Amino acid sequence: MTTPTPVEILDLSSIFPNFVTKDNRPGYSGWILDKKYLLEFATKLRDEYGYDLLTSVTGVDYYPDDRMEVVYHAFKTIGGPVVNFKVQLPRQDPIEVPSLVSIYPGVELQEREIWDLFGIVFTGHPDLRRILMWEGFSGHPLRKDWKEAYFEEESKPFKSRWPEGKLIHAEDNNKFSDNISYPKEFDPEKWVPEGEAALYGALAKYEHTSSDGIKSDNIVINLGPQHPSTHGVFRVTVVLDGESIVNLKPVMGYLHRNHEKIGERNTFLQNMPYTDRLDYLSSLSNNFGYALAVEKLMNIAVPERAEYIRVIMAELTRISNHCMALGALFNDLGTFFTPLIYLLEERELILDIFEAVTGSRMMCNYFRFGGVARDLPEGTYEKIKGLVFERLPRKIDEIDRFMSDNEIIRSRAVGQGILTAEDAIRYSATGPLLRASGVPYDIRKADPYGIYDRFDFDIAVRQNGDIYDRYLVRLEELRQSVRIIQQAIKGLPGGEIQTGKTQYQVRVPAGESYGRVESPKGELGFYVISTGKPSPWRYHVRAPSFINLTPYGYMCKGQKIADIVAILGSIDIVLGEVDR
Amino acid sequence: MDVKSINTPGYDIPDDLENQVAITTLDKIYNWGRSASVWPLMFALACCGIEYICAQASRFDLSRFGMEVTRPSPRQSDLMLVSGTVTKKMMPTIVRLYNQMPEPKYVIAMGACASGGGPFKEGYNVVSGIDRYIPVDVYIPGCPPTPQALLNGLIKLQEKISKQSLKTVRWYQKGEDQASIPVPILGPDLIDPRKITLIKNNQA
Repeated sequence: MTTPTPVEILDLSSIFPNFVTKDNRPGYSGWILDKKYLLEFATKLRDEYGYDLLTSVTGVDYYPDDRMEVVYHAFKTIGGPVVNFKVQLPRQDPIEVPSLVSIYPGVELQEREIWDLFGIVFTGHPDLRRILMWEGFSGHPLRKDWKEAYFEEESKPFKSRWPEGKLIHAEDNNKFSDNISYPKEFDPEKWVPEGEAALYGALAKYEHTSSDGIKSDNIVINLGPQHPSTHGVFRVTVVLDGESIVNLKPVMGYLHRNHEKIGERNTFLQNMPYTDRLDYLSSLSNNFGYALAVEKLMNIAVPERAEYIRVIMAELTRISNHCMALGALFNDLGTFFTPLIYLLEERELILDIFEAVTGSRMMCNYFRFGGVARDLPEGTYEKIKGLVFERLPRKIDEIDRFMSDNEIIRSRAVGQGILTAEDAIRYSATGPLLRASGVPYDIRKADPYGIYDRFDFDIAVRQNGDIYDRYLVRLEELRQSVRIIQQAIKGLPGGEIQTGKTQYQVRVPAGESYGRVESPKGELGFYVISTGKPSPWRYHVRAPSFINLTPYGYMCKGQKIADIVAILGSIDIVLGEVDR
Repeated sequence: MDVKSINTPGYDIPDDLENQVAITTLDKIYNWGRSASVWPLMFALACCGIEYICAQASRFDLSRFGMEVTRPSPRQSDLMLVSGTVTKKMMPTIVRLYNQMPEPKYVIAMGACASGGGPFKEGYNVVSGIDRYIPVDVYIPGCPPTPQALLNGLIKLQEKISKQSLKTVRWYQKGEDQASIPVPILGPDLIDPRKITLIKNNQA
């Protein structure tokens, strides 16, 4: 795909002549500003220029240069290209930058993540604690000079892997024979564990007076990390007054598998199978986002047939993901497993297609830079056709008929967990969560990628922003996805599926790029920095489920304890993506 | 004990009862009952957990093996199916869950990550295999294992259960509780209480 390099509509350096300069490094785009003016700049960008959706914040470490960067990506919810601005900081502790929580509350969890992994302090952040690792962990792992216990080399393949045909285990190189390392001053006998005082301290910050005037104690309850309805290893710590929720903090990191650190050591293509394991319910969407980001850097085109196959696969993924999401939501609303099993039946049929096309049910690893890995095998075309023209439309109507007017579903979902349009945008929510609040923002329309601009489909939007509307938005998206696949399968051309010859080691020119797709959960972005070497210098995933959790506490306040799981089910998170 | 010796117990069965009485050993009937009603803990870690859900759903149907009753509480379950990457942050919880399960208890390491770290082994927050902390009965390879592979692993577990003997099983032995494991501590890195001396020596 040849996307022309995005045209900057705003010339920020002429609007803010004193403190904004253009980023002139080769391959880079966007603007560099001084941290003193960050708050003023962000306020103006939001209020005067309409960039209301700050989707992604991340850090970059340029060690051994004395420089760290915080990179922001802002968009307009009415559509259009990115404004990408950066703050450069000297690399001496304490590294400080003003927090943007007061202007864009959606950065709250992301800034905590940057503090955790880079050690950049956000001054003015209301609750700056570690988020993915635990309090007391030594070091900030995404810094380039921080090495893990099994560290071997800067980039793969490791030379030590098969010396003379013999495997050396990583454990053999470690003095504890395990994946652990301790700081020099650590003495296990004198050391006192830090525990979770910080978490409970953060919860206690919120004063609460009972409305009925009776003095009563609040209760703190932990749900998870092992809890049947937290969709994985997610944990919620909640303060209750009776049965009403006073305050709620999501606790995550129980599945933090260090994607970004491992990704900076992998070659570009080696990261493709890792992206499958981010949001493991919709692996092909993740492939799509990563392929887009790297193709932007490489500036290569994708053949027509491959583009169509990509769209078909991505939309099938959306259907299979929503089957699981809706089934799990119904479970959380109290329909013990029956609708889930109905929906899993459809999902299995789609997984059969994935297995035939890509070789795997879940971990597809199908996209390549400039195409896809292999062509559709014989018989798949007919299978997809039968599915989208006959079976799926009927089944979606069936679910609609069974569930939409169900009394229990309605009484538990209508008017619960409300997120207004303004709040959804402020909290950087994307995907069905944002669209159910009445904001028709879909990247497939707002900033089309691939060949989505050729298809005729509607953005699913509802106005109330409650659990029920999120369910209806997903149901409508199922119908729209079927519509897109119907058009794509009719128009599927013949021809090549890969530009140039397939190669394991791609040459990626230096520069930065941000590729984003509308994944079933929301905006999935990949921020990749290349220095021209075989591995990316920085590989960041803007995970929709992670950022959609930012308004979770806000949505739950004042609700009853039983609604926690229902609201969580309506956000639709996958822990592989939340924790990465 | 082979089939022939079971069927010839050494004493006479009256002729009119011959077709109505089956003779077996206590071990066999005990293990038959246990292996056909394993209750797994309702607990999914990562990607493998999704394949576990698929295995439970109508197409693969785990209930054919008597394993459909997943319990949300470890106190009621027999089998811990570790389905996914085990991180250091999660490790204390998993050991605690294991300790809370009553005997007899079994552990299956499902997938590459639980068996040995898998593709994420080099990560700073990943435990290189669940067997560094808790004993594992069956390993299922794959990333993720297909539901068929999971079923095969569960059948292997049933085979293992049916070979156990009341005389030698861990939970009928006298003396200390052998199954309880010290809970790891989250320090500057994960600390295994059993390795404190090793850590101290290596730190010096």
